[in-house]
Amino acid sequence: MARVVVDVMLKSEILDPQGEAVLGALPRLGVTEVASVRIGKRVEIEFDENAQNVEEQSRVIADQLLANPVIESFAISIEAA
Amino acid sequence: MSARIGIVTFPGSLDDRDAARAAYLAGAEPVALWHDDAQIHGVDAVWLPGGFSYGDALRCGAIARFSQVMDTVKAAAAQGMPVLGVCNGFQVLCESHLLPGALVRNAHLRYRNRPARLRVETDRTAWTNAIEPGAEVVMPAKHGEGRYVADEATLDALEQQGRVVFRYLDNPNGSMRDIAGITNEAGNVVGLMPHPEHAVEALTGPSTDGLGLVASVLAHLSEGARR
Repeated sequence: MARVVVDVMLKSEILDPQGEAVLGALPRLGVTEVASVRIGKRVEIEFDENAQNVEEQSRVIADQLLANPVIESFAISIEAA
Repeated sequence: MSARIGIVTFPGSLDDRDAARAAYLAGAEPVALWHDDAQIHGVDAVWLPGGFSYGDALRCGAIARFSQVMDTVKAAAAQGMPVLGVCNGFQVLCESHLLPGALVRNAHLRYRNRPARLRVETDRTAWTNAIEPGAEVVMPAKHGEGRYVADEATLDALEQQGRVVFRYLDNPNGSMRDIAGITNEAGNVVGLMPHPEHAVEALTGPSTDGLGLVASVLAHLSEGARR
């Protein structure tokens, strides 16, 4: 069974206010040497036993649904069965 | 016979009833449309209302794009049918690629719920042709993901082609170039974050400016009927 992980991140030019909020909280933790924090999504997909073209189908899922290419980029990694 | 405006209810829509009432008050006949029904029942225009379709799962509007009714709405929009998306409806239009750009989390991360002062930038759309360009209008804004973003080339094209329809006078969410609403190239599809349907009666709204959008689409439709 092929397991696919898709990481979706806001593009670098899009402001990530959640990341900024986390960055702003870090000094309260005593951590002061962080330059930037960006928050994204990790999506885990398990294909059926006999699924064909897993990479191609994953690309369709990521490009047309999981990520909005206007604001987000994605990376696909396929873990062999 | 008054024009029929179809108002789509998705699971999680909130403002469908208010949109229907706004259409009725402005002289149109509201028609309820259902997300899981590909038929749009002979309506003359479509209104995608605000709310949280499909619980905003993944991204606001991302799942609604794949609903049965949106296939038909997309085809009708391509044929010139007037389509208005308000708030979540605007998000659905962007996710459906009927309008460019995207709506993301407000820059200050807070849900913003207050009347928004807007400038109407163009009367060359199906939904603003009865409003004087440059007019200031007030409609309630209530959203957590209303920050309009697009790449610079898209923003420049929108400006040059006169497709910025509404601009915030006090930007409430960090939208690029103060954009509150835009239109497609043909001017029949309009999306905006603030809510015209909550600005139709003095008793409940900050103004009655929202009626102007319905009056515009009625004028647009009757002009088309005369042609």
